[in-house]
Amino acid sequence: MRVRRIKAIAVKEVLQVWRDPISLMIALLMPFMQMILLGYGISLDVKHLPVCVFDREASQLSRDLIKRFQASEYFSLVAGFDNYRDVTRALDRGECQLVLVIPIDFTERLSDTGTSAVQAVVDATDTNTANIAIGYAEAVVGGFSSDVQVEASAMKGGATDVVQPVDAQSRVWFNENLESRNFIIPGVVALVMALVGAQLTSLTISREWERGTMELLVSTPVTPMELMLGKLAPYFVIGLLDAVFCLAFSVYWFTVPFRGTLVTLFFTTSLFLIVVLGIGYLISTAIRDQVGAAQIGLLVTLLPTTLLSGYAFPIDQMPLPVQAITYVVFARYYVTILKAVFLKGSGFLDLGAPILAMIVYAGVIAYLAARAFRKQLD
Amino acid sequence: MSAPAAAQIEVAGLVKRFAGVAAVADLEFAVAAGEIFGLVGPDGAGKTTVMRMLAGVMPPESGRIVIDGIDVIADPERAKQHLSYMPQRFGLYEDLTVDENIRFYADLFEIPRRLRDERIGPLLAASNMAPFRRRLAGQLSGGMKQKLGLICALIHTPRILLLDEPTTGVDPVSRRDFWRILYSLRESGVTILISTAYLDEAERCTRLALLHQGRLKYCDTPRRLKQLMPGVLLTIASPDARAVRDTIAGLEGVSGVLLVGDGVRAVVDDEARRLPELRRALASAGVPFGAVARTEPTIEDLFVALLRQDEEAA
Amino acid sequence: MTAALETPIIAQDLVKRFGRFTAVDHVSLRIARGEIVGFLGPNGAGKSTVIRMLCGLLRPTEGRAVVAGIDVAHDPEGVREHIGYMSQKFSLYTDLTVGENLRFFGGIYRVPHALLAERIRFSVEMAGLTGREDHLVSTLAGGWKQRLALGCAILHRPPILFLDEPTSGVDPESRRRFWDLIHALAAEGITVLVTTHYMDEAEYCHRVALIDRGRLIDMASPGALKKRKLGGDLLVLECDPIGAAVTALQEAPGVGDVAVFGNALHLLVEDATAALSTLPDHLARRGVAVARIERIEPTIEDVFVQLVGTSSAGQGTRP
Repeated sequence: MRVRRIKAIAVKEVLQVWRDPISLMIALLMPFMQMILLGYGISLDVKHLPVCVFDREASQLSRDLIKRFQASEYFSLVAGFDNYRDVTRALDRGECQLVLVIPIDFTERLSDTGTSAVQAVVDATDTNTANIAIGYAEAVVGGFSSDVQVEASAMKGGATDVVQPVDAQSRVWFNENLESRNFIIPGVVALVMALVGAQLTSLTISREWERGTMELLVSTPVTPMELMLGKLAPYFVIGLLDAVFCLAFSVYWFTVPFRGTLVTLFFTTSLFLIVVLGIGYLISTAIRDQVGAAQIGLLVTLLPTTLLSGYAFPIDQMPLPVQAITYVVFARYYVTILKAVFLKGSGFLDLGAPILAMIVYAGVIAYLAARAFRKQLD
Repeated sequence: MSAPAAAQIEVAGLVKRFAGVAAVADLEFAVAAGEIFGLVGPDGAGKTTVMRMLAGVMPPESGRIVIDGIDVIADPERAKQHLSYMPQRFGLYEDLTVDENIRFYADLFEIPRRLRDERIGPLLAASNMAPFRRRLAGQLSGGMKQKLGLICALIHTPRILLLDEPTTGVDPVSRRDFWRILYSLRESGVTILISTAYLDEAERCTRLALLHQGRLKYCDTPRRLKQLMPGVLLTIASPDARAVRDTIAGLEGVSGVLLVGDGVRAVVDDEARRLPELRRALASAGVPFGAVARTEPTIEDLFVALLRQDEEAA
Repeated sequence: MTAALETPIIAQDLVKRFGRFTAVDHVSLRIARGEIVGFLGPNGAGKSTVIRMLCGLLRPTEGRAVVAGIDVAHDPEGVREHIGYMSQKFSLYTDLTVGENLRFFGGIYRVPHALLAERIRFSVEMAGLTGREDHLVSTLAGGWKQRLALGCAILHRPPILFLDEPTSGVDPESRRRFWDLIHALAAEGITVLVTTHYMDEAEYCHRVALIDRGRLIDMASPGALKKRKLGGDLLVLECDPIGAAVTALQEAPGVGDVAVFGNALHLLVEDATAALSTLPDHLARRGVAVARIERIEPTIEDVFVQLVGTSSAGQGTRP
């Protein structure tokens, strides 16, 4: 193995990436776009849901309840109505997702019986959002009702340690303390690596076949190992640079806490890059046209990373057979590590199992990639 | 077809099949040091397959290839150090400059920097490429691309040069430049194996192998090959070439009647006997015709005539 | 319309510029009915650009083209009704059969149904593909494909045929057969304009237009072209050793270009008679044994190189 030849190939590869606007965009612009899109676009939090109110009582108490909704960051009041027809129309037009209907005898029943009901009409087209909206609404109403209870018992001169509606409280607690962005963004780093790594390398060999440069290359004394190392080295560096960018962007822009060490992060990122680049390279040696290679590259790296790594969709909520499949998805281990390093500050010892899994993975892929390219036409 | 004394390239019993179909069948030839040996044949004759096998980039089904004393089939990587192969399709990087391409290939062959720089100058000068060192290869003309390919192929001073249709689509002036470089290489002892579909270009080779359907049909110097021409080629000038053709096509001893722009070309088995017969036939049919001249056959005329002869014999 | 019928292709000072690059530079020509004219020149010389302008596929920057009596700039669609076009990269569908391709192009050219079967039969016979109508095009050899492409291009009986590098990658026998077909079509009055970079193929044409870097250098019959004054006569010299002969000839009086052809040299000399009498001695004194020296006819390529050389010498653009 000759360093001179590896270097020659690496330099050539860098020049080509540098002169190819599309490769350059994938390498430099894509990470930025993915961070922005996924950081802002995919949020499991529901905030500022448009809410309309049909207050049939218009009492002090009913206004207090509405103020509670107004004060909550989960809802924003967009309109008030005085008949059901308008309520229906507003929902139909999508002007609001939830309508709060306060009955005409709201205060009266509360003071008579100690309980009263409000009606929440929800647009359940998106069941997920609808469920969250109902949950939030229950929490707001629950908070309101407990305050009313406290107040009532205080007025009655009773003790103030009234049992509070625990379930409603717990929801508020969950959402206030765990920003879903913090949960998602560390995983986006894996997504960026997978996309950039596989996209760039899946083209590297197929491009040479397609442009006819491979025939000349295989007629030189270059060895398959030299070719692989020379070709992957630049993308490894690009991948690490992208990782640094993603880290900085996560911490300084999205203010995701980073509690672990850089050493752990870069060691595991390197392992992940080896796997991703190796897979891209394997695809590239097997599929000789660029379009096909790029598509397969996306299919085997980005798709499982998006759906099955648990970066946004928790694995323990998947059906059991799918959970079993996730063990094959290499990104799963990296995402687990990323989240633990970012949020929990875990080190090598805490992450023994996933790191070991990644080392095995990287070893197998590197072995296969090194053997994949044959210096022959046929 | 005796093998030259100091064979630089020796091929014996070479066979290659694609999906069961023989692309190269039992090929045997030898090339001596300092020859410009032409592999000639139409598309699909197997020229590229032969070149690839010789370059060590495609393993043959069976047979023997020895280049510069090295068994190419057993040790292709060692053979690659001694030879240079220029594929038919431009194999260089269009998004790299002339200089970058040359340096890349010099590095692959581990040419020391100083030596490399010493060699680049004369190669660029000989091919009139010096002013274009910083131009992207993709922006060169067809002829210049081929010359760049040749420079890259020569950077490690190979003893054997394998050129697969290097002049296809190249303008005639660049083509002459290209051949001038080949002849000067030959002077310095490089052995050149060149394939071409331009049968007129075949005349420039020192020896030729006519390849047809993967088989070697004839192999000799262009001059001696032309002596194999069965009969004599005549050109009959006429304003009504079609009438001439229709009149003489069926005549005895006349074959290969071909319409050309200024008249008709035909092969006759016996000039002395057939020429008067031809004139008589044309005159009695009232077909106007002018001069009837004996024409030097081209390699293409020869090729077509030989293949037709073989088919009739079979 | 009579003028159009007798001269179906007229180009006047055609110019095509792409940005600052002049691809076609004031090309004027007139081609008669039933004529086979070859456009000869290297790749990138502008041959295809001229043809595309004549077909109405490209708008000329300057100049005028009248094809089949129609001003191409005014009615490019109208022109296309009267022409057949076939190129090296002719888009035959390789995953369709011979018959399916012919039916497809019959539909494209709107050949009336009543005539289609007969036309297809003619094309199949002409291409020598009888009995192969159900074969996939991908299984045909190069020569068959070219003939099928020609068969497709003449389905609508165009009076003018444009053939762009039709014989690239076709074996000599098929190439001769192809040219035979072209001559048959021309005899029926079809005007054929064909581009090629095979210099020897020029022999098949009635007239040859030599094109280099966008300019029409010369246009004449192959025989007339070869009689053009090359600025001298051409000699073939067989001798040994060749290297020493080249050096010796460079200092010989009256010798111009020296080109190596295998074991022989081609010399351009000012005067054949003078050279034939003096050169053998001149070479012998320098240790070169002359085996054969005689005058030969220049090839179209010799003419081309010479004409291109002189036409560009004044501009000094070619190194």
